Amino acid sequence: MNSRQSLGQARLAVRILGCGLALALSVAASADSITPGAAAPAFELPSSGSKDISLSDLKGQVVLINFWASWCGPCRQEMPVLDQLYKKYKAAGFTLLGVNVEPKTADAVGFLKSTPVSFPILFDTDSKVSKLYEVSGMPSTVILDRTGKVRYVHHGYKPGEESEYLDQIRSLVRE
Amino acid sequence: MTRRRLGIIALFTPLAMLLLGGCSPLQPWVKPYEREHLADPIMSFDPNPVSSTYLDHVFEVREGARGATGSVGGGCGCN
Amino acid sequence: MTARSGIRARTLIAVLFALAMAGHAAVLPDDRADLLFHDWEGGGVTVEGPSILVRKKVTDSLSLAANYYVDMISSASVDVLSTASPYKETRRQGSLSADYLHGNTTYSAGYIESDEPDYKARTGFFSVSQSMFGDLTTISFGFTRGLDRVSEENHIRGLQTTTEFKGDADHRNWSASLSQILTRNLLLAVNVETDESDGYLQSPYRSARYLDADGVVQTEAQATPNTRTGNAASAQLKYYLPWHAALDGNYRFYHDTWGITAHTLGVGYTQPLFTSWTLTANARYYRQTAADFYGDLFPFEDSQNFMSRDRELAQFHDLTLGLGASWQFHPSWPRWIEKGSLNLSYNRLHVAYDDFHNYTVGGSPIGVPLYSFDANVTQFFISFWY
Repeated sequence: MNSRQSLGQARLAVRILGCGLALALSVAASADSITPGAAAPAFELPSSGSKDISLSDLKGQVVLINFWASWCGPCRQEMPVLDQLYKKYKAAGFTLLGVNVEPKTADAVGFLKSTPVSFPILFDTDSKVSKLYEVSGMPSTVILDRTGKVRYVHHGYKPGEESEYLDQIRSLVRE
Repeated sequence: MTRRRLGIIALFTPLAMLLLGGCSPLQPWVKPYEREHLADPIMSFDPNPVSSTYLDHVFEVREGARGATGSVGGGCGCN
Repeated sequence: MTARSGIRARTLIAVLFALAMAGHAAVLPDDRADLLFHDWEGGGVTVEGPSILVRKKVTDSLSLAANYYVDMISSASVDVLSTASPYKETRRQGSLSADYLHGNTTYSAGYIESDEPDYKARTGFFSVSQSMFGDLTTISFGFTRGLDRVSEENHIRGLQTTTEFKGDADHRNWSASLSQILTRNLLLAVNVETDESDGYLQSPYRSARYLDADGVVQTEAQATPNTRTGNAASAQLKYYLPWHAALDGNYRFYHDTWGITAHTLGVGYTQPLFTSWTLTANARYYRQTAADFYGDLFPFEDSQNFMSRDRELAQFHDLTLGLGASWQFHPSWPRWIEKGSLNLSYNRLHVAYDDFHNYTVGGSPIGVPLYSFDANVTQFFISFWY
């Protein structure tokens, strides 16, 4: 292998590394308008109960909005965990909204029959709210404080992450 | 490393550069919440690896060609 | 028995690698266990045995897998019948692999050992897979290194079988693949692979035929080059049909320095039925040109530097038609098993050679038919997810 080939390989390696770095930076600095401190966009969606639910009605409470789908494994795993969170802090002025993002509600309803939860389920069948909240991973969780401002954003779910939710909700509920 | 191998990596690097958010203005055109069909097990390239490995072995033993039979999953946008 | 064990091992790796990468983009593969019984019957050869795979996440980011595979071979193939006598042999293969997930990157590594009385193969692989662009794209690079030891067994009736060392082979394989979500209903996977082999690359049991001065067919030892570089590129598309079914198509091009050019074309259809059943149908067509130094009958002894009548290097085509059925169930016991499936698949293979004759038929070399055969490939397996 001569020196020119080595130089070519070195240049190639630098290009690959360079873009890897750019990727890392872009992910870190990705511009969302759903960032901590921003006002949470208002919406109103049909729910599993009788009435539509509007976000503005919930001002004064700490709100956790969870975007989920029945076809998403980690989302299904997260549901019982969220149910426990809801039951624990409901009395302290906390509410949880499970926004289902599927265009057809049949699969979600079927899942909820086998894994019932006590918090309200909303149906975002035309993905309007998913777009509004820039959902970039499944599941996605946005936690709002009592004034309706976004405070924490989570993408994805791995077992054990609920301890982070616990800490964050506890601190917001005390405000 | 031969030129051919460098060529293969060179083929993928510009592609990767295009797709990495930091190097291009392209945005993902299928949102995570639109991946219902793609997450269905019937859309998996390789739902039963033990079986596909065996069948690939059956052909490779008896044919002259080999390789390029593996594939990487499509992704459901979860996590 | 054949000199393909090393290549078999590396195909296993390629698919183990794919196995590691299969499923969700930036997620480790599911925990599962599979028990497969496989059976090949055709061309005078019967090969059957089990394949067991167990995979488990040991931490949130590390998944380990182990596989044990056996081929029990009973061979009275056309090559065996024309030069030797039928034999039985067992090949055993074990492998271990690990997948480590960090962010959107998966690192995989593994080791495979394959043993049969006349072929020992040791292979190691390493690969990196990166999910990017909102998980729409996954790019992977892999490297595989294999070291084989090839021997020749001599079965002499009435005497003990002797094993004679023939040579070593060294294989290096580089692969790159890209998996791309094209639309809500369409997936694309592209694969390129380069394989470089050095050393003893032929089967000690195949020979070359030539016509001697009196016009009588004689056999001599074959001689293949001791290097071989092959390149393969493939593309696969998978499409979701609106009535809840899937259609897939794939094409692969292969060319190597031995002069073999091959095309593979496949289509498949998957149809779920009645909640717990899934039916599949598939067809595959393969055709290859012969190696430069291949000949069914050479004009005289040592007419070329390299000579082979190994039918795997001949010009031929094959067509495979297959059907599969799978039944998914949710066992109530034991509790830790999430779901299971029972699967049965059958493939019918027809292989027809353009320049390889079936001399076991007997008689003079003129008028001997071209060789072709059919094979039945059956698989029955049970899978558990936990």
